Amino acid sequence: MEAIVDLIGVGVSLGGRPVLRDIDLSLASGEVLGVVGPNGSGKTTLIRTLATLTSIDVGHGSVLGAPLAGNQLREVRRRIGLIGHQPSLIQELTLNENLAHVAKLSGLDPGRALRALEIVGLEDAADRRADACSFGMRRRAEIARLLLTKPDLLLLDEASSGLDDAANGLIRALMGSTTGRGGGVVMVSHDAAMITELTETVLSIESGRLGAAR
Amino acid sequence: MSFWGQALEIARVDLTVERRLGDTMRIVLPFAVVALIVIPLALGSQRSIVQAIATGVFWALGVLFGMQVALRQSAADTPERRDLQALLGVDPAARFVGRVISGSILMTAFLLVLALAMALFYAPRLSAGGWGALALSTLLLGVGLSELGTVAGEVTTGLRSRTALASLIVAPLALPLIVGASQSVEALERDTGILPWILLLVASDLALAVIGVALAKPLEEATR
Repeated sequence: MEAIVDLIGVGVSLGGRPVLRDIDLSLASGEVLGVVGPNGSGKTTLIRTLATLTSIDVGHGSVLGAPLAGNQLREVRRRIGLIGHQPSLIQELTLNENLAHVAKLSGLDPGRALRALEIVGLEDAADRRADACSFGMRRRAEIARLLLTKPDLLLLDEASSGLDDAANGLIRALMGSTTGRGGGVVMVSHDAAMITELTETVLSIESGRLGAAR
Repeated sequence: MSFWGQALEIARVDLTVERRLGDTMRIVLPFAVVALIVIPLALGSQRSIVQAIATGVFWALGVLFGMQVALRQSAADTPERRDLQALLGVDPAARFVGRVISGSILMTAFLLVLALAMALFYAPRLSAGGWGALALSTLLLGVGLSELGTVAGEVTTGLRSRTALASLIVAPLALPLIVGASQSVEALERDTGILPWILLLVASDLALAVIGVALAKPLEEATR
């Protein structure tokens, strides 16, 4: 079975300050991993490192089979889906335009954008600009984006914060469809109860070091 | 999606965002036109002086406000949008080309409206060839400033003092563009040969395009 993520002794410094230290982490196909930790513990940096958006300073590893220090990262990035703290929508575009833009850049039919918005219950808001939507609606649109692009590695950074039960149900469905395709999911949050409920394996992170959850 | 498909899609979205925000045409342009009008008002009835300084004032204001347009556009590229494009596998060079296409269209439209205002308020004594040289130089200057703003935006991505640093990069590197554009019209009016100045503009645009495309990928990885 292909390892989705394999990190060995990884360290990351930002602005000269070590943020992740000696991280050993592996994620198998079909696995859901939760990481819980307080604010400033390195959760977001861990997620960005897994997304290949932050480079490592120490150690080695691979994501979806591509070495973190290699030249194949651009191809691999297409297979990674990320929901971060801030919804990554272009504020001046409508939700439908945002998803159609993503579909075009991904080489997909832009007509599928509306269908994805229907699945997350946003068909009536499809022509509304992102900056006129609530935080919860923008989060749903991000879920629709990932339903469209079908990533093999799904990374969720506090993705459930501020969402109602229905939207959390959509995140569960997204996680299920990702693992069902043989992908993997890593979810980080400060909310230990939520992480324990949604994930199979739970680790804790504190001062940039991973450990077993208490 | 092909390289050019990605570049054109990014340019299309940039222009849609600009059309809705109106940063250039509704905020920067009115100030530039007001600055253009103030000078003839200050000079009063001395029509011949106003006509003589027309193109010089146009280039000065065009470059000054054009740099504002270039820097505003480069600053509009948010970290979230860059991350999303990276995760969609967009080629950094295609992103550079796309932003230059949208920036060039915007910059050229801005400069052409400013040129129309200059023609209206200054009535410069330019021959038909002079107007042609002005249009060609404006187009080449617009492309160059857009490339410069995009390169500066890429180089300073993620830095705290991004805006100040971008200005420091753009200002000195814009000099060949300013000299080429302003001298091309003057050379035609003096009948001393326009070609060297147009070649300077074309060479500057090409050099900036090569630098931007060559640096796009290393710069993207360096900011990770």
